[in-house]
Amino acid sequence: MTTNLAMVAEGEPAGDPRRPVYELVDVTKKYGHVVALEPVNVTLREGDFAAVIGPSGCGKSTLLKIMAGLVPPSSGAVVLEGQPVKGPRREIGMMFQQATLFPWCTTLENIVLPISIRDGRAAAKKAEKDALELLELVGLKGFEKAYPGQLSGGMAQRAAICRMLITEPDVLLLDEPFSALDELARDFMNLELQRITSARNATAFLITHSIPEAVFLSDTVYVMSARPGRIVEAVTIDLPRPRTMEMMVEPAFGAFVNRIRSLLDKGGFL
Amino acid sequence: MTDQTLSEAPSVARKRYEDTVWTEEVAFIDRIPRGIAMVGLFVGFIVLWQLVYLSGLVSPLILPSPLETGADIVFVGKNLFSGGYMLTAFFVTTQEVLVGFVIAMAIGFSLGILVGETSFGERAVLPYLVAIDTMPKVAFAPLFLAWLGFGISSKVALAAFIATFPIVVSTAAGLHAADDNARMLFKAMGATRWQTLFRMKIPTGLPHIFTGLKIAAVGVMAGAITAEFLGGGKGFGELIRVAASQLQTPRVFSLIIYLSLLGFVLFWTVVLVERRLVFWHRSTISGVDGGR
Repeated sequence: MTTNLAMVAEGEPAGDPRRPVYELVDVTKKYGHVVALEPVNVTLREGDFAAVIGPSGCGKSTLLKIMAGLVPPSSGAVVLEGQPVKGPRREIGMMFQQATLFPWCTTLENIVLPISIRDGRAAAKKAEKDALELLELVGLKGFEKAYPGQLSGGMAQRAAICRMLITEPDVLLLDEPFSALDELARDFMNLELQRITSARNATAFLITHSIPEAVFLSDTVYVMSARPGRIVEAVTIDLPRPRTMEMMVEPAFGAFVNRIRSLLDKGGFL
Repeated sequence: MTDQTLSEAPSVARKRYEDTVWTEEVAFIDRIPRGIAMVGLFVGFIVLWQLVYLSGLVSPLILPSPLETGADIVFVGKNLFSGGYMLTAFFVTTQEVLVGFVIAMAIGFSLGILVGETSFGERAVLPYLVAIDTMPKVAFAPLFLAWLGFGISSKVALAAFIATFPIVVSTAAGLHAADDNARMLFKAMGATRWQTLFRMKIPTGLPHIFTGLKIAAVGVMAGAITAEFLGGGKGFGELIRVAASQLQTPRVFSLIIYLSLLGFVLFWTVVLVERRLVFWHRSTISGVDGGR
């Protein structure tokens, strides 16, 4: 197993037949005079799972918000499915560290909320069947009438996955989705996430603080430096799929973890 | 060896230490059952009152005996329940309070949303509201009387005026209660401003809003009665004022008791609506809030 290191600036390997879903070209962000992001160039192809890892305040979340169309970039282009991103898009599903379920809605109502907001309550009613299937998929069958206050942290996060998937997004933007969970729940959720993304051939972009998590899930791990945020290196993880928990103790896995840790250490970030 | 220790340990421990169960100590005052505590306090208060009355330190004109007062409570109660003139007065005050409360809610929610949702409201309107809020609002009563006359409308106006501010403040604060993730999520779902307001910010802010409504429910009573004291009319405040001016102290007490029923019903209506709408919030789940 070889570690394939490609500098981002040099672009993706030529001749990849998969179509690019997300293209970020020289995306920067400044807040006043403070540079939050130096030019970022990332291409995500269909089915890609990419992770960004970096110290707090390196602009990871800013990058994600720019990709999601929640915050405009200061310069550069963000292109999704051939269309520039100039605001929230239907093709995007998002998830955060907090489940952010609304406590006055049942689990089911929470899951169909994106449909209800975009297409109205009638459409949301119709989507309930899909929502029930999703609940079953993540092992929450029977909890559709429960209120979020009755769910554990892990269950709430699984409901949030359902809410993200209900609109059948092409790309998933994940901002530390499981970092508030305990270790056991987190491992389980990462397996779930892998299963879901590969079953749907979804393109995913994950922000995380956990090197093993990044290696476990990703095809490419982007290592970022802090202040100003800059992608230092793109580490291609060519471990076979599907990945299992057992692989995490294999030397190849450890080599990737060490490689990324040393990149982060070199910057003196950790 | 290990197995033996494990299987023997409990019995050995039991043998060696006979008294192993212990209980947490609870102070005497915390152990009194609620019913007994409440009745005890009430009886204690009446006894103290009677003692002060018997001591002769206070003129009976100022402080009647508990018995006299009790008899008058019964008298007023009979008048009220037989549909006497006091009931008419009670309805007048009830009307002022309810209309005042509805107006306060209408203005309070509107201004609260303006202040909490728009930066125009927050930057241009809020400073004026804060300035007015710091004024003693009862001092506006003569103005309302001059503008609206001595009828019911001046009382409604003062009641509404006093009750509006807590609603404005709590609504504006409630709209700021939603966290960044919730805002981001709604933005990402492509929600319009109205959708975000009505389906996320207002529900999130309801616990705050109800806190304001409870303060307003108390304020609206104070406003109506104050205006009646100052501007006459046909309400309960007028009955109290007349009774007090005639040194009918027991009557003042009993009128206040029945008046407090009105406030109590209004307050509890708010609390019950809150429990229904905000069933998901810890304050209503545990019953910490709500004047219990």
